[in-house]
Amino acid sequence: MSILVARAVTKTFAGITALNEVDLDVGDGEIVGLIGPNGAGKTTLFNCLLGMLKPDRGTITFRDHDLAGVPTFRRARLGIGRTFQRVELFSGLTVREHLLVAERAHRGDGRLWKDVVGRGRATVEEQRRAQDTLDLLGLERDADRPVEALSLGRARLVEMGRALMTDPPLLLLDEPSSGLDHHETHELAGVLRQVNAERGSAILLVEHDVAMVRELVTRVFVLDFGTMIASGATAEVFADAAVRKAYLGVVQ
Amino acid sequence: MLAEFFLRWPGVDGIIRSVIQGIPVGAVYALIALGFVLTYKTAGVFNLAFGAQAFVAAAVHWELHVWFGWNIVFSAAIAVLVVSPAVGLLLDLTLFRHLRSAPSAARMVTTIGLLVAIPNITKLVMRFERHLKTGGTGGADGLFSDRAVYYPFGDSYPMTRDELVQIAVGLAAVLGLGALFRYSGLGLRMRAVVESTRLAELSGVNSLAVGSFAWALSSAFAGMAGILIAPRFQNVEAQNFFELVIAGVAAAALGGLVSLPKAFAGAIGLGIASTLLPNILQTNSVLARGLNPSLPFVVLFAWVVLAPSLRGRRDVVDPLSGVAPPPPAPASDERSVTLTLMTRIFWAGVGLLLAWSVFAGIDSFWRARVQEMIAMAIIFLSITVMTGMAGQISLCQATFAAIGAFTATQLADQQGVSILAGMLIGALVAAAVGAVLSLPLIRLGGIWLSLATLGFALFFHAVIADLSWVGGGITKPATPRPLIGSIDFAADRAFIVLELAIFAVAATVVVLVRGGTTGRFLAALRGSEIAAASIGISQVRARVTAFALSAGIAGLGGALLASAQGNVNYPRNFGPFVGLFLVVIVVTLGSRTIEGAIQAAFGFVMFQPLILERAAPWLINHVQPFLHVERIPAVFREILFGLGALTYAKHPEGILEFQKRKSLNSIQRRLDRRAARTAPPESPPDASETVTVGGVS
Repeated sequence: MSILVARAVTKTFAGITALNEVDLDVGDGEIVGLIGPNGAGKTTLFNCLLGMLKPDRGTITFRDHDLAGVPTFRRARLGIGRTFQRVELFSGLTVREHLLVAERAHRGDGRLWKDVVGRGRATVEEQRRAQDTLDLLGLERDADRPVEALSLGRARLVEMGRALMTDPPLLLLDEPSSGLDHHETHELAGVLRQVNAERGSAILLVEHDVAMVRELVTRVFVLDFGTMIASGATAEVFADAAVRKAYLGVVQ
Repeated sequence: MLAEFFLRWPGVDGIIRSVIQGIPVGAVYALIALGFVLTYKTAGVFNLAFGAQAFVAAAVHWELHVWFGWNIVFSAAIAVLVVSPAVGLLLDLTLFRHLRSAPSAARMVTTIGLLVAIPNITKLVMRFERHLKTGGTGGADGLFSDRAVYYPFGDSYPMTRDELVQIAVGLAAVLGLGALFRYSGLGLRMRAVVESTRLAELSGVNSLAVGSFAWALSSAFAGMAGILIAPRFQNVEAQNFFELVIAGVAAAALGGLVSLPKAFAGAIGLGIASTLLPNILQTNSVLARGLNPSLPFVVLFAWVVLAPSLRGRRDVVDPLSGVAPPPPAPASDERSVTLTLMTRIFWAGVGLLLAWSVFAGIDSFWRARVQEMIAMAIIFLSITVMTGMAGQISLCQATFAAIGAFTATQLADQQGVSILAGMLIGALVAAAVGAVLSLPLIRLGGIWLSLATLGFALFFHAVIADLSWVGGGITKPATPRPLIGSIDFAADRAFIVLELAIFAVAATVVVLVRGGTTGRFLAALRGSEIAAASIGISQVRARVTAFALSAGIAGLGGALLASAQGNVNYPRNFGPFVGLFLVVIVVTLGSRTIEGAIQAAFGFVMFQPLILERAAPWLINHVQPFLHVERIPAVFREILFGLGALTYAKHPEGILEFQKRKSLNSIQRRLDRRAARTAPPESPPDASETVTVGGVS
């Protein structure tokens, strides 16, 4: 059963068609790849899925909810987590604080009076969940450092941890391996597989690292100049001539 | 008919006359608007200090022309072509070129500091006050005293030479600037710098020189506008020129802040509206009393809030700005446990000293100051919430305080409500106004929010504060002191205890909220709005909450201040200039902590009577025998804090906090060294010496 279904999503910027009638679906608990050259519209599609951009046409449904007109923060609470291609962290907060704020936020619970009567601080349960995520991602040694002090690779893990804290049934990852070295990429793939297996999160992965895509995903969508030019089982799609021309030819 | 109630028909002739009269006014606004667009485009600075620059030129011109009797062309040329560009260059060289990678809000705060400091420095340097009133010496007269009249628009529409000069200068400015941008090499380089400073530099453009030129030119524009507009004012006062800037900013905003022709058109339109409105509105109608004096503020506010082109637009960002190093973490985050303990002990000592002096020592003058200070500390707490927690710079905190003060006073005076209940209701009303006001402002970027709050503060000042059901009209109602059972808080000492209790409650709420969910959400939003949304944080809700809480605390403090002083002293405590000054003080003395709020209140209330009038003269007179000082002029307060705000970009935690950390760090090092020296050597003595030195350095 599909958890996310996008149908005929179209988005134009000042006459340039960034997305043209794009169809995409992600199954429950499935890892799906979305590839395409730079400027193909992958991040635009992500932004449309999460409501940071409003598509001109098309429908997006998540767990049978129509997402039209639903603001980003509500989509997040419905259960779509994401990371960003250009790392977006809360400067000034430590790694642990990132996780705790996400834990609190996705439940949409933040009444002022609770703060005033002293019930706003993190509970033992929340601390434990944050610790679990720190352990899962190997972030323990950086837990109480401000995020400015982290390398790009570690920062991407913090973003991932922050998204995981919201327990998302669907995780959108925008080039998680960019800026990571070979070893770190390999570790990241392991974490993703573990998250998928243990927590059952479906993952939609935008990625340039072909090896990582091949290793992780079962199905892949290929976007080129805003049009979905291919989709299907990973091996078949990578064998497709059009895909090789549009994308793999550039890389290899 | 409702329309007839508000409007009247002055006849075609009257309309045309108003329109023609408005053009020269608009031309002067246009000069400011063009200069504003120029610095915003080339230096990315939202320069609210233009009013100060215009004031300097007008003051120099007036001094030379009216007081020393120089030829008018000569004195104007000195003011516009020499003094004004020099001021602009000085600002660029000493300040703004070093702030290129600073956040735009920090740059704007810098200009607010200048806005406060420059007019006072001018007054001090020129000893301007002695002939500030220019009425007797031709102040109300035009630039040209011959009063020649011309008829370029037909016989029934006369224009003075002044007005014609204003139109000509405005036109020349917009055409010249347009030609400069379009046809000259310098203009091309300017456009490149606008696009991306760093990229322009990589292609060999000296962006610093381009920036300096833009500053000098825009400053000359401001000076020209100052000289041209000065005859319209009763006297050459800095505040009048500030309102001129608001008109200029409103016009520039109409042009989206980047388009020169649109800014020019906006300015002319605003000028025409300002002369047309009084003629078509019924005298004494609500609109005439409300809209007319506040037109530029209303236009600014409405446009900032409603204009689709400005909504949701982020500040100008250099595409390569990511190259700049991240800003330093606030000092309070890095404070060690020992250091925190030491500051706490220090403050406990200060508190005890204060308590002793209040209850044993000081006379009624100082008791009044202490009462004012505690109430102000609560108002400054509201800025801790707004700026320290939500990371937004509101320029109308004094206005929120005024709302609380007026509400409490009116309820007590008219309805006989107990003043304590009145204070709470005042706080709630202020919070409600804050919440409603914040709703359209939430999605605006930092400087837009600041501008809109400034527009609101000026609107409140021009219109609301004078209404009889708010300010009480001519007879100002008194604000009583609380009376609980048999405890009468009319006695100063009892009132101080009450104030301290209220402050403690407010401070506790702030601390709890900061450490609670709302505080964490706000911290996340400050870091990245888009990422905050991606984990489910509602920006609107968190920000509205912060705004309402902040406004409520300000309202409470304002009501308390009114009760302390016996009435709402609006001009002295709550005017829009005071609102700007509060921000300036807070950024100088630290905005993120409770401690910072207390320091700011001390600076606001005590700096003048304690430091300037007593401590500093005493010190000066005792360290040297040559110069005897009675008291240091009060303008030094504005000058010092204004200049202090210039450090905001470098030390956003407040210069005092920064210095405190520096000195505490050195104390800490000394303690460490002593501990290491007295500790029993664990290794051979000669080795331990080197280890200690290495460990310290």
